[in-house]
Amino acid sequence: MRSVISLRRRERRAGADRPDYAPSRLAYRAERLWLTPSVRRIVRIGLPLVLLGGALGGYFADTGRREAVIAEISEMRSAFEGRPEFAVNLMSIDGASPAVAAEIRDVLPLHFPVSSFDLDLEAMRQTVRGLDAVAEAALRIRPGGVLELRVVERVPALIWKHAAGVDLIDASGAFVAPLAMRGGQADLPLIAGEGAADHAGEAMALLAAARPLGARVLGLVRIGARRWDVVLDREQRILLPETGAVEALRRALALNAAQDMLERDVATVDLRNPQRPTLRLSQDALAEYHRITTLNTRAGQ
Amino acid sequence: MIELYQSQRAMRAMRKAAMQRGVVAILDIGTSKVACLVLRFDGAPEVPEGEGVGSLAGQAGFRVIGAATTRSRGVRFGEIEAMGEAERAIRTAIQAAQKMAGIRVDHAIACLSGARPRSYGLEGRVDIGGGEVREQDVARVLAACEVPDLGEGREVLHAQPINFALDHRSGLSDPRGQIGQDLATDMHMLTVDATAMRNLAHCIKRCDLELAGIASASYMSGVSALVEDEQELGAACIDLGGGTTGVSIFIRKHMIFADTVRLGGDHVTSDISLGLGIPMANAERIKTFYGGVVATGMDDREMIEIGGETGDWELDRRTVSRAELIGIIRPRVEEILEEARARLDAAGFDHLPSQQIVLTGGASQLPGIDSLAARILGQQVRMGRPLRVQGLPQAATGPGFAGAVGLTLFAAHPQDEWWDFEIPMESYPARSLKRAMRWVRENW
Repeated sequence: MRSVISLRRRERRAGADRPDYAPSRLAYRAERLWLTPSVRRIVRIGLPLVLLGGALGGYFADTGRREAVIAEISEMRSAFEGRPEFAVNLMSIDGASPAVAAEIRDVLPLHFPVSSFDLDLEAMRQTVRGLDAVAEAALRIRPGGVLELRVVERVPALIWKHAAGVDLIDASGAFVAPLAMRGGQADLPLIAGEGAADHAGEAMALLAAARPLGARVLGLVRIGARRWDVVLDREQRILLPETGAVEALRRALALNAAQDMLERDVATVDLRNPQRPTLRLSQDALAEYHRITTLNTRAGQ
Repeated sequence: MIELYQSQRAMRAMRKAAMQRGVVAILDIGTSKVACLVLRFDGAPEVPEGEGVGSLAGQAGFRVIGAATTRSRGVRFGEIEAMGEAERAIRTAIQAAQKMAGIRVDHAIACLSGARPRSYGLEGRVDIGGGEVREQDVARVLAACEVPDLGEGREVLHAQPINFALDHRSGLSDPRGQIGQDLATDMHMLTVDATAMRNLAHCIKRCDLELAGIASASYMSGVSALVEDEQELGAACIDLGGGTTGVSIFIRKHMIFADTVRLGGDHVTSDISLGLGIPMANAERIKTFYGGVVATGMDDREMIEIGGETGDWELDRRTVSRAELIGIIRPRVEEILEEARARLDAAGFDHLPSQQIVLTGGASQLPGIDSLAARILGQQVRMGRPLRVQGLPQAATGPGFAGAVGLTLFAAHPQDEWWDFEIPMESYPARSLKRAMRWVRENW
């Protein structure tokens, strides 16, 4: 029995005289727990995350601190944006006439110098494009603090006379300016009538087709917002159908070329029904016609 | 027999669970050292097809990822003598191996080196009525084996069918699917002391590990130290351990006999200690550095300082010649080998076609032991080292690790045991059948 008792005593004093190299049961279990992959993952990844999250959450739970940090960040941000490297000092406008350039400067309220971070180029481009006289606009910030604006202006192609006044429109029918503002541009063809501007493309095609008539063409009139009339001098008119207006006009011009139709005393060439072109004579011509026909019948008798 | 089935099957299920988990610890609890290897199983290995790639290729399925050895404590003759001490030694080894592996292990496969194993050859015979041999018939013939009286406090450790015979055709390794009338089997059964086995199981349980298998150490060192053709043609493995010397005989890749001699290297050390009057630690050191079994003229002149810690200068500065040391070691080694020879003779090793004997175990590293063994055991003696398995550290490739390496192979490829087959229907007790019927009636 002595040996067992002494053994036990030695066990108890193991730490005192000669440390036992064997791990204690507690140390052994702790080591095994630590070597469990899930525990290891939780301690090495989960715990730091939770601690970090807790610390951050605890810090920002206070409103004053949160606002201070936000203020600090915005201050740093504005300090950075305000650096001279990002300043834009002037705007150059290319491709615009002085009147349009003045208008652009009007709609873009910029107070130079301004930081390039504060410029919303896309919005500015949309604003500039929103101007009537501008067809296309491109914006960029050039090195050296220059805001470069390239503008393609709308080119007025037609004069549109309507109830509200006389306007210049471009080939696509978009409004460019009132005629009065741009000075008399009498060299442009004239169109009139309700909804004429919406069919400016067709009007351009018709005008191109009517070029053989030269200066005789006074303009085009949109009738009933649905078809075109070509108005010539000497109060002549060519009435065109709703569809195939250009072909109908070409046919009329062919007739004209062959028989000098429009040189005669004709009031209206009615091509509205393509199967049945109709001519209307003027009052005098009609009377003359009747006189000649009755003369002929009498002579025949 | 039913209890045996249940306990062994529980162990098998545990082994399967461990394989599923992929990590299992190998524990070789010896008298002089406790070795722990941590194995990782990663899926089915790619075994190349071809001639000569046999069961040994099974070692490709796992990898040793942790290994640790520590001095054994509380173990004598391969049996646990002081539970707390042994537990500490196991904990030390497990912890170090786990640390090296970087992962915890929950299952352990252990080997039992002592516990007085006893081998039995059993024979069973059934009539299968001229049909095809089915799994059920194999189970029946195994159950038909006559089990001798094992004695008080004995437990079956291994029960392996080693041969099947079908109508005078013997030597079948797998009779299933063959047609015959009379199925017979030979079975090798190994029993051990139940208390030693239970102590080991309990000790492992105290270390928070689940026991996933238990095997005889003599068997395990034979598995790792004998090469495949030796196992096939017949050979004996003698595992010279610290406290015990294991003897196992293999033929046709089956163990047919295993025994232990309760003598080992520790007895040599204690002889030196006693003979020279020095502490055990010094004796062990002198044995490993200067030990030998064949004296030459040179050894008379080689003086060894034997040291001591008594404080008496004269006593602590003694020297002995190496010849004297060999004079102490040799009789004991002779005794051990003769004892092993006696066990082999008792098993009828003389009648085996091949007389190959392989020496392994820590004590087999004694210089000159092969020539001494050749004189005692016969001419065909060689020194055996364990098979190389993947990932095994250099420090654990010595002959002292034959048992541990054998256990790794056993863990990967266990031998079919009796309880791996289905229990034949008729051997169920009637009561449990009734209980099953009642369960079916209540639940369906």
